[in-house]
Amino acid sequence: MLEYIVFSLLNSLLYGMLLFMLSSGLTLIFSMMGVLNFAHASFFMLGAYFAYQISQFVGFWPALIVAPLVVGGIGALVERYGLRHVHQYGHVAELLFTVGLAFIIEEVVNLVWGRNPVDYRVPQALDFALFSMFGSNVAAYRVFMLVVAVGMFAVLYMVLSRTRIGLIIQAALTHPDGVSALGHNVPAVFMLVFGGGSALAGLAGVIGGNYLITDPSMAMTLGPIVFVVIVVGGMGSITGAFVAAMLLAAIQTFAIGIQYALSDLFAMIGFQPDTTGIFRDLWRIQISHTGPILPFLFMVVVLIFRPKGLMGKRES
Amino acid sequence: MIRTQEKNSGAAAGFFQQHWLWMVMVLLLCIVPFILPRIFTSRFALSLLNQMGIAIIFALSYNMLLGQGGMLSFGHAAYFGMGGFIAMHAMGRMYAGTLPLPLELLPIVGGLGGLFFGIVFGWLSTARAGVPFALISLGIGELIAASSLMIPAFFGGEEGISHNRMVQMTMTGFRYGRDIEVYYLIVCWMLVSMLLMYLLTKTPLGRLANAVRDNPERAPFLGYDTRTVRTYQFSLAAFFAGIAGGLFAINYEIITAEAVGAVTSANVLIMAYIGGLGHFFGPILGAILVTVMQIYLAGITHAWLLYLGLVFVAMVLWAPNGLAGLIMMHQPFWKAGLMHKLLIPYTRALATGLVMFAGVMIQIEIAFHLSLSINPSLPMSVMGISFSAYSPTAWILSIVLIIIGFFLFRPAVRNVGRRWQDTMASIGKGGAQ
Repeated sequence: MLEYIVFSLLNSLLYGMLLFMLSSGLTLIFSMMGVLNFAHASFFMLGAYFAYQISQFVGFWPALIVAPLVVGGIGALVERYGLRHVHQYGHVAELLFTVGLAFIIEEVVNLVWGRNPVDYRVPQALDFALFSMFGSNVAAYRVFMLVVAVGMFAVLYMVLSRTRIGLIIQAALTHPDGVSALGHNVPAVFMLVFGGGSALAGLAGVIGGNYLITDPSMAMTLGPIVFVVIVVGGMGSITGAFVAAMLLAAIQTFAIGIQYALSDLFAMIGFQPDTTGIFRDLWRIQISHTGPILPFLFMVVVLIFRPKGLMGKRES
Repeated sequence: MIRTQEKNSGAAAGFFQQHWLWMVMVLLLCIVPFILPRIFTSRFALSLLNQMGIAIIFALSYNMLLGQGGMLSFGHAAYFGMGGFIAMHAMGRMYAGTLPLPLELLPIVGGLGGLFFGIVFGWLSTARAGVPFALISLGIGELIAASSLMIPAFFGGEEGISHNRMVQMTMTGFRYGRDIEVYYLIVCWMLVSMLLMYLLTKTPLGRLANAVRDNPERAPFLGYDTRTVRTYQFSLAAFFAGIAGGLFAINYEIITAEAVGAVTSANVLIMAYIGGLGHFFGPILGAILVTVMQIYLAGITHAWLLYLGLVFVAMVLWAPNGLAGLIMMHQPFWKAGLMHKLLIPYTRALATGLVMFAGVMIQIEIAFHLSLSINPSLPMSVMGISFSAYSPTAWILSIVLIIIGFFLFRPAVRNVGRRWQDTMASIGKGGAQ
């Protein structure tokens, strides 16, 4: 039991950090520009694929630096030549633009790398067991992922709160007109934030791609969950995104180990449900099988009862 | 005050235009069932038309949400699929003889199924419009899609559920063994649904949905609850999506979890948007176009989804009112008899655009051939011209086409814009901009 709890905690910490790396960029972009970027998970996927391609030529470590920069550059171009143009038609058009972009990126990835997963591996320097607990090994790469994620969070926090550009970004979040009147180039700041957020997603892709599987559907599977994270955390709140990412990761990870079904619950109070008919499966679903729906259930519940999310300040 | 009056007179003039277009469309659709099956005897054409009919109902129901109600939904397939599954279960009972219902009325069963889920989820999700609504709809859509694999008794698991549509009881004497009979059924339901959805836009509810879409602050001050209006509109949209789902069940005799999934939701969004949300006939155009692309293009190239995505993004960027918006933009020129003035600039832009597109297309096809085909060194063919994917000629040609096309296309587009403004100005000061 202790083993289950410790390993589940470790796994949810890892998964939560990955979710947080993705959602921090997304929530930054959202709070600044009011744009919900559906293509954010696609930038994550691009990061993984670029890292795979670059590591084929020069190895993992240069890829760790170069791939996020390339993704960030692409993000900045998307903002400059796409989003800025659509902005005049309103938020729904911006949302639809990013949906279309996600669609195109997925197809381009199909086009360049094929529909099958690519062989993007953990670098050899980190491919060993760091220590062992309860007789199971803990891979060094997992610890490395944690270090990168925590480091990224620290750097992001320092940049936003301690540097001049961070102050301008924070000011532009709430008072874009005032910042503009002081002589700062607000559209350029927007471009920077969008590019930076995309680069964060790219970084998450670089270190997450070989931990998960690098295939063209990875954006589609992770994308909705990242949305759940920023909605549950409260749109625009980075701390909220952190809490929600950890919470969701813990819920999903711990659910995997629980075998109880609804019929067990009813059996405890001495009630035998009808095991025939169309809804017979409802009684038999084990909690461990509900993993895919839990985040969405959680999100719908949060949106109904606390629309601004756990730590959000405003509703939309 | 003056502005309102102007709007009213404009609406009155526009009403006749819309009405006229609508009547022509109904006429056309009445004739189509008698002519087309005589031209195309192949099953292929029929299945295309059947799919189109279902897509038209589905896209129109989506327009009730996004176009008329201002609710961007990412989970509309849930109601289409749930309607389809419920209709499929009902069809199984009808075939077994335990449910006395003629097949012609089966889409209503699907519609009621959609309506039920529409009321439940609609009430939950319509408190706010805009981005929160979009996210809730995404969540509910994913919820249903994810649970579809967990409840195999209802959704049939991986292989879905299938039943025979040749039930005992029918109203018309058709046995629905042949596709052509199903075709007539779909056309009838399509016309009925279209008419109903059109009439809905004329009811107080339809008008209120527009009001809530355009000004959600003001509508409550006039005594209307925005959430109630949105819930009604949402439930009715779900009802029509369910009808489309019921027709889907009849047409294919099989329905899988894909019908409630994200791909179906994205599809209907793309259809409605490409067609144009601002006009009632827009989603019809979109449904026809996307279905044709789905059937023909998917047979020709692996990259058809990429082309669809490119068309969609191009529409979002440069034609936010869709095909219908593009068509309606030319109305003043058409009325003034000045269309010929735009003909030359349009031809120029189209020709240069095609040159650029041809280059892009060759590049895309080569890349797809290299990454997806079993043996990339085998010759490939684009538009009937066969060549090797490694041939430098093809690469150089495509790049040259892209560069030439790009540098000719830009001035051509600017020319269109200039000519457009000139012609607009020559229509007169009272030009209906």
